[in-house]
Amino acid sequence: MRPDRTPWVLGAILAVLLVVGPFAPLWVVFPVTIAIAKGLVALGLMILLRCGLVSFGQALYYCIGAYTAGMLGRVFELDGVFTLMLAGMAVAAATAYVLGFLLARYRGIFFGLLSLAFSMIFYGLLVKSETLGSTDGFNVLPSTLFGIRPADEWVRYAVLAAASSVAFVAALLVHRYLRTPLGSLAPAIKDNEIRVEYMGASARYAIHVKYVIAAALAGLGGGLAATTVGHIDPEMAYWTVSGEFVFITILAGTGNVIAPFLGALIFEGIRNVAFAVSPNTWQMVLGGALLAVIVFLPNGLWSLFRRGRAA
Amino acid sequence: MQQLVAVVIDGIIYSAWLFVAAVGLTLIYGVMKILNVAHGSFYALGAYAAASIAGALLAGGMPPMLSYAVLLGAALLVAIVLGPLIERGILRFMYARDEVVILLITYALFLILEDVIKLIWGVDPYFIAEPYGLLGSFDVADLTYPYYNLILVGVAIACGAGLAWTLTRTKTGKLLLAVIHDTEVSRAMGINVGRFYMVTFTFGSLLAAIGGAFTAPTVSVVPGLGVEVIVLSFAVVVIGGLGSLPGAALGAVIVGLVRSATIHYLPQAELFVIYLVMAMVLAFRPRGLFMLAEARKI
Amino acid sequence: MAAILDAKGLHKSFGAVVAASDITAEVAPDSVVGLIGTNGAGKTTFINMITGYLKPDRGRIHYEGRDITDLAPRDITRLGICRSFQIPQLYSSLSAYENMLIGLSVVMRNHGVGGFFSRGRPDVPGHGRPAEEVADDLLERFGLAEYRDKNAQVLPGGVRKLLDIALTMAAKPKVLLLDEPTSGVSAEEKFSIMEMIMKAVRAEGVTVLFVEHDMEVVSRFAERVLAFYDGRIIADAPPEVALNDREVRRFVVGGELHRLDEKRDGAHA
Repeated sequence: MRPDRTPWVLGAILAVLLVVGPFAPLWVVFPVTIAIAKGLVALGLMILLRCGLVSFGQALYYCIGAYTAGMLGRVFELDGVFTLMLAGMAVAAATAYVLGFLLARYRGIFFGLLSLAFSMIFYGLLVKSETLGSTDGFNVLPSTLFGIRPADEWVRYAVLAAASSVAFVAALLVHRYLRTPLGSLAPAIKDNEIRVEYMGASARYAIHVKYVIAAALAGLGGGLAATTVGHIDPEMAYWTVSGEFVFITILAGTGNVIAPFLGALIFEGIRNVAFAVSPNTWQMVLGGALLAVIVFLPNGLWSLFRRGRAA
Repeated sequence: MQQLVAVVIDGIIYSAWLFVAAVGLTLIYGVMKILNVAHGSFYALGAYAAASIAGALLAGGMPPMLSYAVLLGAALLVAIVLGPLIERGILRFMYARDEVVILLITYALFLILEDVIKLIWGVDPYFIAEPYGLLGSFDVADLTYPYYNLILVGVAIACGAGLAWTLTRTKTGKLLLAVIHDTEVSRAMGINVGRFYMVTFTFGSLLAAIGGAFTAPTVSVVPGLGVEVIVLSFAVVVIGGLGSLPGAALGAVIVGLVRSATIHYLPQAELFVIYLVMAMVLAFRPRGLFMLAEARKI
Repeated sequence: MAAILDAKGLHKSFGAVVAASDITAEVAPDSVVGLIGTNGAGKTTFINMITGYLKPDRGRIHYEGRDITDLAPRDITRLGICRSFQIPQLYSSLSAYENMLIGLSVVMRNHGVGGFFSRGRPDVPGHGRPAEEVADDLLERFGLAEYRDKNAQVLPGGVRKLLDIALTMAAKPKVLLLDEPTSGVSAEEKFSIMEMIMKAVRAEGVTVLFVEHDMEVVSRFAERVLAFYDGRIIADAPPEVALNDREVRRFVVGGELHRLDEKRDGAHA
């Protein structure tokens, strides 16, 4: 068995972010933090994609995470960065636990369509709720770190540090999970559920667990996005946002827990650069990139790091 | 009473619009097993082409009555140029891939086409109101409706009846049903499956473009026009059953009436009620109302 | 000795087609039972009912004294009844070795071993060794070592059958139901393949029920024969008795001989 280097690589990335962060300009820190938030969502989608499921409604949990964070600030005046993220995660996971009983029965395109329907229901609800600012959404309070409100020039870095620490822990846990018997069942579920059942395991249960984990990660990402951007609105649940997450996951590939974060970083990079260079063709650039990856790298960008090795 | 009449009439008009916008999606899925996200882009392209061409011709002194033919012609132009290009140029190389992967490819096409629209027509809105107001209006129970709405309903009926007739009464339709039933056997029997795919995709896209073209006179044509159409038509075809023509009709009527009823009685629920119906149908009839689940043999 | 498997009055129909009608059979532990009958006689339906894929309309199935009629396939599997399939059910995008590892990890999970908080590489329950070693050992026992790193998808039909059976052995079954284990294998190889399967399986004292069309294979390996015809069991006896039974000769063996003739004719033509 090859030594498992993933935890060390993750640790090194965290160290770099923490050390370089304070010196990085704001226009770098902000997209990197957003990329971490989206990377968390993509990490969850990767777990589902490994068993062949694509959710076109993951923005539901992203948005739930964001609104949970926002509401806690509005109603209870909570502003701790970790509290908000974890609360977003908890509410998202609880919702997914309930919906999972239904969704775990669906496969292929129908899984995608039903998750899409749920996210659009939530979008429709938010758009029409006046108290939550309907289509405009509302602003989220600036957050604190362990009860301390950092000085203005340090706020961005504080959020980045918190985000990268949380993402580090999440990635490690998922990495470990993927190696447990339940986690490693994913390719088996994708290939042949009948054999899974006749080995004595329940594919439906395994998918339900994966669905809840994926939602928890999306909720975490949503909570982070809310505190980073400082504003939330119903668009966060719209199908195009879900499409973005699927995009990142496909771009990245399912080879390793680092891949979704890398994918998110590249996605944000392409988008920001393309938008700055030519605001009317950035979607075209992204679409072209997605087509190229699907055609030339069916296992995503991560396969570039794994040339000659079994996936 | 008056409100009920309004609900029904609004519902029928909305259903007609939904049907035209969505029926091409179910046709393409039924034949090619592609859930085409770029369907909404064809809708938007149809609307832009119609608004700009009809606008230019009207400004050049074309008799206004001809504008309806121009709407249709604009949709045809969009579909005939882009349909074969996309199917022969990109999609046909992907048929071996997973259904979900092909869906992502069409998502990439959607992203690209969104910007193609901006490159061709810019970001400023287009209006052509003439065809909408030209025919005057009629009254039902003290409510006033422009006659143009009847054209929409007529277009929907013509599309549905034409499709049904083609599929069941013509030789081409019967061959197409053979392709749907068993692609491999059809190929072995000498049917040119590739050509059927190209024609199906083009025709499905044409229907979306017609939907957009005939909607153009009733709205301002702006970037992002097709984005909502995508999810709405997904909802419509999923409710009826992916790949089912009567299913798409039923789905359109259900969504149309439900939406119009909520707009009149419970406006807060307007948006989410459609997706609630979609989720409920998927929950109780996972393959839609007109489709049966398949059993797997071991 | 008490029966390990006890089916009583099983009945199953699909619309107007009766696939099983009043099937009653007891299977003694540590025995080998051959199931014979023409296609559509009810053999696979019988296996499908025992393993929970189909639920009988009437009748009960007991395993080690426990009613398993209403259990899900996975629960029946966990109790120790495993099966192979007419069409091998493999993880087709994975290698033979990875197939075994996944099978073993399910077994570990069912025993609560190797979960999220466990450390090191635990042994697979029942096998007493880490999964990697068990996987290679099982592949070896079924003559699959040379296919270890090949994708299941590209393996020849007979090899896929063997891998399908090797997978079931990962779960340490007490009762094994093999649906046509040697179909797709040439007549000359049938005996050696069956020999290998039986050796690997019987070494662990597993009770075996197998479906087979070749009467020579049946009489060589089965201790007892259940002959199916038209959804019923028409004979239940040791092979030398059952295969000479008048009804069996008429409805089952005759049919099989006819099939054999057809094959030979085809080969000569």
